[in-house]
Amino acid sequence: MDFSFTAEEERFRAEVSAFLKKEITDEFLRDFEARGEFDFCPEFTKKLAQKGWLAMAWPKEYGGGGATIMQQLIFSEEAGYFGAPTGAHRQGTNLVGPAIIARGTEEQKKRFLPPITRGEVVWCQGFSEPNAGSDLASLQCRAVEDGDDYLITGQKVWTTNAHRAHWCHLLTRTDPEAPKHRGISYFLIDMKSPGIEVRPLINMLASHDFNEVFFDGVRVPRENMLGEKNQGWYVSQVTLMGERSGIAFPAMCRRLLERLIQFAKETKRNGEPLAHDPIVRRKLADAAVQVEVNRMLAYRVAWMQHKGLLPMVEAPASKLMGSELMKWLTALAMEIMGLYGQLQQVSKFAPLRGQIARMHMYSLGMTIAMGTSEIMKNIIALRGLGLPRG
Amino acid sequence: MDLGFTEEQEMLRTSARDFLEKECPKTLVKELAEDEKGYTPELWQKMAELGWMGLVIPEEYSGMGMNFLDLVVLLEEMGRACLPGPFFSTVVLGGYTILEAANNAQKKELLPKIANGEAILTLALTEPTATYEASGIKLKAVAKGDGFVLNGSKLFVDNAHIADYIICVTRTKEGANPEDGITLFLVDGKSPGISTTLLKTIAGDKQCEVVFENVRVPKKNMLGELDKGWPVVQKVLEKATVALCAQMVGGAQAALDMSIAYAKERIQFGRPIGSFQAIQHYCANMATDVDGSKYITYEAAWKVSEGLPATMEVSMAKAWVSEAYRRVTLLGHQIHGGIGFCMDHDMPLYFKRAKAAEPTFGDADWHREVVAQQLGL
Repeated sequence: MDFSFTAEEERFRAEVSAFLKKEITDEFLRDFEARGEFDFCPEFTKKLAQKGWLAMAWPKEYGGGGATIMQQLIFSEEAGYFGAPTGAHRQGTNLVGPAIIARGTEEQKKRFLPPITRGEVVWCQGFSEPNAGSDLASLQCRAVEDGDDYLITGQKVWTTNAHRAHWCHLLTRTDPEAPKHRGISYFLIDMKSPGIEVRPLINMLASHDFNEVFFDGVRVPRENMLGEKNQGWYVSQVTLMGERSGIAFPAMCRRLLERLIQFAKETKRNGEPLAHDPIVRRKLADAAVQVEVNRMLAYRVAWMQHKGLLPMVEAPASKLMGSELMKWLTALAMEIMGLYGQLQQVSKFAPLRGQIARMHMYSLGMTIAMGTSEIMKNIIALRGLGLPRG
Repeated sequence: MDLGFTEEQEMLRTSARDFLEKECPKTLVKELAEDEKGYTPELWQKMAELGWMGLVIPEEYSGMGMNFLDLVVLLEEMGRACLPGPFFSTVVLGGYTILEAANNAQKKELLPKIANGEAILTLALTEPTATYEASGIKLKAVAKGDGFVLNGSKLFVDNAHIADYIICVTRTKEGANPEDGITLFLVDGKSPGISTTLLKTIAGDKQCEVVFENVRVPKKNMLGELDKGWPVVQKVLEKATVALCAQMVGGAQAALDMSIAYAKERIQFGRPIGSFQAIQHYCANMATDVDGSKYITYEAAWKVSEGLPATMEVSMAKAWVSEAYRRVTLLGHQIHGGIGFCMDHDMPLYFKRAKAAEPTFGDADWHREVVAQQLGL
């Protein structure tokens, strides 16, 4: 057992952290937030590409950095800590890219992977539908064969960045007669294709992040199918395996906690610093404990991947705890700030760049997206503990 | 980074689990909860023959020369088995205090006895003040002649009634700082003036009130330096806290395993109760609590084993595990329904141990305060 990193890994961490500290200043974040953005910054994506850190854990032959899982973990931890925006590339580097590496043809790899590693392309994920959320396999978006192409008709929802994506990776139904998991095919679609309509959905933060996307007889060449026909579900399982440590949550929480501690030391209520209030002390200490436990669970996922093991249950456990922790901690932050916690704008009255309420509202989506907490618990129980299906 | 155990540690775990499953069945655990002594010499001897008492004692003193992390593996299995008896007080509380503070002559005298299972020890630390702060130490040791005279009382002392040696934490000097003026003495358990009363606790573990009335201790029985005993106590408490967490982790895993097994076999409404989502989610929560407990404990154990500063991690571990073990046993009871509520079921063994462990070596709030201080609040 060894909880330390190698000297080489520590050097890498120092390098990443110095870079991020320099780039992600409060000013950068303020500017970025003023544009109504939370996570989408193509300029920053390009900078990471220049450092060779975009697809760092991909094999070198596909334009990746050939980095180890541990280095990827370290980078992700530092990126989460500094609040680095990864929204303009994460879909490509972490989700569709690894799926193409695992199941794509050589042709597809040559065509799609390099632009991802260069930070030149934004991807969106066409998976969820109005009637297919947690029960994703029940999706209905239809793909019908037409000569050398397929024609796609249907609707997707919660499609983050569809309004500015170049490409979409899409799950469709190619065989409505087959059992639901076995009639799904996976396509890579050019968002400039005729017949695609993107309609904005404004989230409760008043941000335009995700969308409804309508496909009306959209023509896709056969070569854009990823994996075999009707095998798309199984390809998507690879997609959703991505970089699963979930380290971003405890990393973000650790930063928020540090800021809260500072806030507690500097802010007085009734003549005493908040840091002297036993209730505040207890809650912040409790937060520190939970963050550390969460960090350990995330490290464990990465370590398993490093050893070539599949973290089938450990990854959901990390996501479950991380997303719930983020919700709990941002709520605690609002509580500690009292009335000031509800201020959103950056003004002389709003502590911590006025971002606390925003972070808490955003966190409500985190226990739902990428697998709800309830689904995570189902996976742990059914696949991990072997409990019987209902 | 390596979050796995070595092959040797895995072998230790497997052999300990197999041995305890055979030699320490729950029937024995329940018997010993009612028995005054609380252990059987036969089982004690067998454990000694396996080298368990001397696991972390250096080879030169008849020990196995293994490290704290190895002991943690063993303790986890002991927690799983609910092993009763004076192993913890002898090896962790007694053994580590001697390793930390004793001089060569004392080590030579005592460590082989511990390793061979020939001596039972305990640490008399807490008093009716019921705190782990130095300010709680009021029992006085006054220099007299060529020794010291001890007066006062200790409470919640493990196995004092069967201990061959009681290491007593005394106050030898009053001052502004309560952490100054504390001295440790190795007291013969049969010394005149010691009266021990067994306390009835829910977990059936043998905790005692120990009253010291003019108990004479020779000077050569001082462990470490006069007035400078508190840092030793702190170091031992650090190890004891993590050691307890390891036992708790083992117990929590056992409670989870039992609950899963029951959820699969108990049929209601025509199907196993484990096919209902509420039960599935309980189990998933328990699994996350158990896993979190493991890794936060291992992190602390590794740091302690490596001799790295670990104050923060030790307190984080105890704060988390105290409450996680509690949550796990509460859900375990909920899953088992009525039968779990019966005396002859095994689940209450874990629940009671979880409750006993909560305040031992500092409860979650106490440790959260340590964390708060470490965070600079």
